[in-house]
Amino acid sequence: MTNSLLEFRNLTKRFGGVTALDDFSMHLNRGEILGLIGPNGSGKTTSFNLLTGIYPASGGSIFFDGEDITNKSPRKVYEAGVVRTFQRSRLCLPLSIYDNIMIGDTSRLKTGICANLLGRKAFRKQYEETFEKARSLVATFSGNLADRMMEPVGALPMIERRRIEICRALISEPRLLLLDEPSAGMTHDETDQLMTDILDVRARGEGLSIIIVEHEMGVIERITDRCVVLSYGRKIAEGSYAEVAADAEVQNAYLGVD
Amino acid sequence: MTDIAIDTPSRPKGWLPGVLTILFVAVYSWALLIAEEDWEVMGLIALAAAVVVLGLFTGLGNKVKASWSAHEKPLNLGALIGVLAVIFTLSDQHFPLLMLTTTLLYFLASLGLNIQFGYTGMVNFAGAAFFGAGAYTAAVFGNVEWFPPLLTLVAGGLVAMALGLLLVYPIVRTTGHYAAVVTIAFGVLFKTFLEVNEILGGPQGLMVNSMRLPGWDFNNSPTLFGMEASFYFNYAVFAAILVAVIFTFVRRMERSWLGLHMDAVRLDETAAACFGISIHRTKILAFLSGNLILGIAGALYGMMISFIAPTSFTFSDSLLMVSIVLLGGMGSPWGGAIAAAIVVLLPEKLQILQEYRFLLFAVLVMLVLLFRPDGLLPRQIRNYFPGARNGQ
Repeated sequence: MTNSLLEFRNLTKRFGGVTALDDFSMHLNRGEILGLIGPNGSGKTTSFNLLTGIYPASGGSIFFDGEDITNKSPRKVYEAGVVRTFQRSRLCLPLSIYDNIMIGDTSRLKTGICANLLGRKAFRKQYEETFEKARSLVATFSGNLADRMMEPVGALPMIERRRIEICRALISEPRLLLLDEPSAGMTHDETDQLMTDILDVRARGEGLSIIIVEHEMGVIERITDRCVVLSYGRKIAEGSYAEVAADAEVQNAYLGVD
Repeated sequence: MTDIAIDTPSRPKGWLPGVLTILFVAVYSWALLIAEEDWEVMGLIALAAAVVVLGLFTGLGNKVKASWSAHEKPLNLGALIGVLAVIFTLSDQHFPLLMLTTTLLYFLASLGLNIQFGYTGMVNFAGAAFFGAGAYTAAVFGNVEWFPPLLTLVAGGLVAMALGLLLVYPIVRTTGHYAAVVTIAFGVLFKTFLEVNEILGGPQGLMVNSMRLPGWDFNNSPTLFGMEASFYFNYAVFAAILVAVIFTFVRRMERSWLGLHMDAVRLDETAAACFGISIHRTKILAFLSGNLILGIAGALYGMMISFIAPTSFTFSDSLLMVSIVLLGGMGSPWGGAIAAAIVVLLPEKLQILQEYRFLLFAVLVMLVLLFRPDGLLPRQIRNYFPGARNGQ
């Protein structure tokens, strides 16, 4: 068994003539927090979409915990223990906070027809258990929200929605969490608070690995163990934040060449 | 179709507003069903409009809503008793009972469409075709001597489900408008098929045998308190009970993980897939169970009117069913009851409207979508066990 939880081997994705991801190889160690950074359009979200099975890869392969999960369906990837948040919030706005979080707990819910329509006692038991669990998870992010579990998410401000989205991802106790620009649309302080909360949850469980896509370099510097930098679909640098920040090619990619 | 009304958690409400609503609706329906003169009907419609406005602007409506969610089970039972009471008071009147039962069966059909359309977001423009499939099944099996009529009802549902199975593959493979077009095509094909098929009576249609339960022949007029009741009385009572049973299951489905997954699939397929929800399973389950209900409703409808023809199950009838769901509120089972009453009773009661019924419904649907996009009785946020500690 290798030490890496996730491995991209020569991953390539082409959309027609555009090569969004070009021969991208990288790995993620167990328990690591990896920052995936790069200018807009450099292939960060695309790699998330390939990893979670939303897009098929044009070439290369993805290994999760030693198993080839290239082009597996989103469901299989979720069952393997990979969950994500989205760049643009993808919550179900008319549904309650509790409902939205339960969408993330599919693997544990009993979804048989008889179990749901006839065995209401057993259903109720599971409902009550999951309610408490969801509520205590939400409470780590915001005590205020924990008392409003039955209110629709659509009525909440952006920061609260992002918290719910992260709770939805964490409720199934995943092994790998993919965060796609968690700071988008939030203030500096809000982002800071959110990161603290995520680290808190991570510290309680065992060995949650995180890949974070982020433009806010303060966040990357603060929480990542290691960074991978993409530009035009290619990996141009890898190393600690200080190392990649000092890299000449990275500076060119972000700031342009004088 | 966007936001769902928020229940402001306040002090627990009593059952009184709910009971008064049931009483009012029961007396109102009774009056509407026996009203014959145009001015009486107009007056009753004006009264309904006044009550709705009053309910919206004085907060009475919210009181009823709160009362209902606090005491849902007894009040639902109360509603059933209310319907049965209306049926009993009208027991010797053919036409009002026929109207009432038709409303109940359209309400039942709307429950099926609601699972497909309201919960899962699969528009079904072939509702009348599946309803008709149930009715034709009843006609065919009803003529088989040894086949128990109660099973005929189930068979109607199963045949509609089996036809749905044929459609499910193209529907699951397409989304949105394209899936809707698939159902339109099927609805049109189905009617054409009936018209050319000699075994099923062609354009002339078929006779349907009446419903029979052991010791209860629906063709006989029962005697109640020394008075001979209409034979429609049988169907009205049976339909009311059937609707109550299926309503309970639809509610359970909504308030279970299955219903949650249906909502998730409707609102965001990509996100649902990323959290392990099987899109195909959810859609197939929704489509087939919706069809099962449509078929059962159609089978009983066929047995009641005892004669069916392809012209009873046209594309416009399908549109009518979809407009019931839209009018009542997507995903709102009770909304379907109100909308079914409007759609079935209004043109029958106001003869002058008969010719213009489709125009009327088109205008009505547009008005509702413009001014009350969530329907007449918008769906409430999912509460798995209403009446229990709210929000725990």
